[in-house]
Amino acid sequence: MAFFLQNVINALQWGSFYALIALGYSMVYGVLMLFNFAHGDIFMTGAYIGFFVATGFLGLSASGILVLPNWLILILTILISMFLTSLVGMAVERIAYRPLRNAPRASAAITGLMVGIILETGNLAILGARRQKFPDLIASQTYQFNGVSITNTKIMIVLVSIGLMLALNFFVRRTKWGMAMRAMAYDFLIVPLMGVSINFIAAMTFGLGSALASAAGILFGIAYPVLDPYMGIIFGWKAFVAAILGGRGSILGAALAGFLLGFIEIFVATIFPSTLRDLIAYSIILIILTFRPHGFFGEPYSAQLRL
Amino acid sequence: MKNKTLLIVMTILLIGSFFLSSCGQAQAQTIKIGVNAELTGDVPKIGEGTKYAAEMWLEDVKAAGGLEVGGKKYPVELAIEDNESKAESAAAANTKLITQDEVLIIIGPQASKQAVPAGEIANNYETPMISPWSTNPNTTKDRPWVFRACFLDPFQGPVVANFVTQEFGFTKAGVLYDVASDYSKGLAEFFKEAWEKQHGAGSVVAYESFTTKDTDFSAQLTKIKDAGAEFLFTPQYYNEVGLIVKQAHQLGFNSPIVGSDSWGSAELIPLCGSDCYGLYFSTHYAAAGATGATKAFIDRYQQKYGYVPDDVAALTWDAFGLAQMAIQNCGKLTGDLKVDRKCVRDALSQIKEFDGITGKMDFSQGNDPIKCAVIVKIDDQGQFTFYKQACP
Repeated sequence: MAFFLQNVINALQWGSFYALIALGYSMVYGVLMLFNFAHGDIFMTGAYIGFFVATGFLGLSASGILVLPNWLILILTILISMFLTSLVGMAVERIAYRPLRNAPRASAAITGLMVGIILETGNLAILGARRQKFPDLIASQTYQFNGVSITNTKIMIVLVSIGLMLALNFFVRRTKWGMAMRAMAYDFLIVPLMGVSINFIAAMTFGLGSALASAAGILFGIAYPVLDPYMGIIFGWKAFVAAILGGRGSILGAALAGFLLGFIEIFVATIFPSTLRDLIAYSIILIILTFRPHGFFGEPYSAQLRL
Repeated sequence: MKNKTLLIVMTILLIGSFFLSSCGQAQAQTIKIGVNAELTGDVPKIGEGTKYAAEMWLEDVKAAGGLEVGGKKYPVELAIEDNESKAESAAAANTKLITQDEVLIIIGPQASKQAVPAGEIANNYETPMISPWSTNPNTTKDRPWVFRACFLDPFQGPVVANFVTQEFGFTKAGVLYDVASDYSKGLAEFFKEAWEKQHGAGSVVAYESFTTKDTDFSAQLTKIKDAGAEFLFTPQYYNEVGLIVKQAHQLGFNSPIVGSDSWGSAELIPLCGSDCYGLYFSTHYAAAGATGATKAFIDRYQQKYGYVPDDVAALTWDAFGLAQMAIQNCGKLTGDLKVDRKCVRDALSQIKEFDGITGKMDFSQGNDPIKCAVIVKIDDQGQFTFYKQACP
């Protein structure tokens, strides 16, 4: 039982990251019918921005200019990095995607791949190949309950992720901007005629997705404190799988599928030899998609009310 | 129209400059030594150590006015290629060094993942190569042109197994390794074999793996803990060690974690922090408490680059020492690369003993040296201190 619970906790943490990143894929697809393949690298960029913001605050604290407690630094780091990364996301949309909005879909998808490579190699050129260690903002404490180990960082990561997802849901469901997004997802030919700017909505969608990816990056840095320029590639692919599995354009679907992916990966590694983890995990997902080709919450295109 | 003309002129100039430069290389009477290093990719600190040690060696040669072979001094040039810590890039880098840069001998690559495929290329092109740090047997196996400056994993595996048995008296081992890396996979197997020979079948209670670039090991570590392993052996590189050790501690696995020579990078402690204090690993040399030529090398390196050289840098230094000795023993250089490369290879294979800064190397058994391993303990300041020596 303890063994099982321990793995549930491991899977919750691991799934949070997939869920947060899958949301970004899903929103962009829902609104613009576009796979933003640079999203995994936006996640990486967000983690690095978080690294610099946190290091900056810690430096200020250490030199006595602006002494803040670590929990406050953490909150400020998350907020500031989310803001800065959303600017990066909007810039990517403005520079790389907007000129290609009416180009064939394949060109836009390729653009995403190229933006990803530019972000990776740009990072490599600026910072060098050396790994960066994400600073320890909160001292990790391990609690033991009947053989189950849980750390304060794990609890925080899962709670912050769920909180962000709820906030996103509120934004999309309850605000005017969210309504405009949903309308755009429904029909991006008619809605601009009603006076909603597609450029504004596209930028906002990219901004929101990037902000979530940035939060994921910082939480990732806290859990796995070694950052490298290529950390977003495979992770981005897997989160993309989660976005598809959840149903393209579905926020709830992306979040649930992200957690499901985490559970499948962890439990496959637990039950089978760990060498076979991805082989079995992604075979399972292939089988699920065979029976539900539109994912859990996706519907065939003609009837699709995206988002 | 104007642009087009410009483009053509540029192209001609570019192609022309290639020809000119390659002609220039062929005429100069220099000795070119290739370095195939992990400058970017997963283990960039390894490449950095390689490059720094190579540059230090070149500095010495330049100060002496060149490399003296058969009474004549030749200027020496280094051709450094990045293999991006990838197997295929390492093979490509070797091909470029051999066919394009026309080097006499190649030093590197360091990690077995790169050194095994690169060795194949060097052997096929009949160019001598010395890998300073690659401990996997396949690097030099059936390859008369490939040499190394370190011990082998069939030796290192038992060294670790013996150390744990003697030091702690444990009987149940857990292993976590990267299945996509020749080095980690090979060493994990050699360790398992040695451990089961001592403690019987089934004494490796958990034998778990992952693939390169994975960051979450919680499922594997939970399994290892649950299987009742008394310690964990993880032959991983420094960038993964920090993650593994930290996650193990967070999952309540507080038993010893033991590593191998891939831990011994100057970057280990910056990434791992206090989680790694008090752990042990087997390696090629211990910097703290060194004497003689080893100490001179460490001091010079530290003064120049600002940190204590890791085993990669020291072994690279020794590999250059071996290369230099072989080139000098060769007697004379004809200028015909094919003949000279053969001459250097033969000279290398005739070296029976070499006294390096990482210890005495006995080459009586072929291209692989027989030398001692060191068990290092990471102390409370994060320094790698000598703990024990294990000789064959």
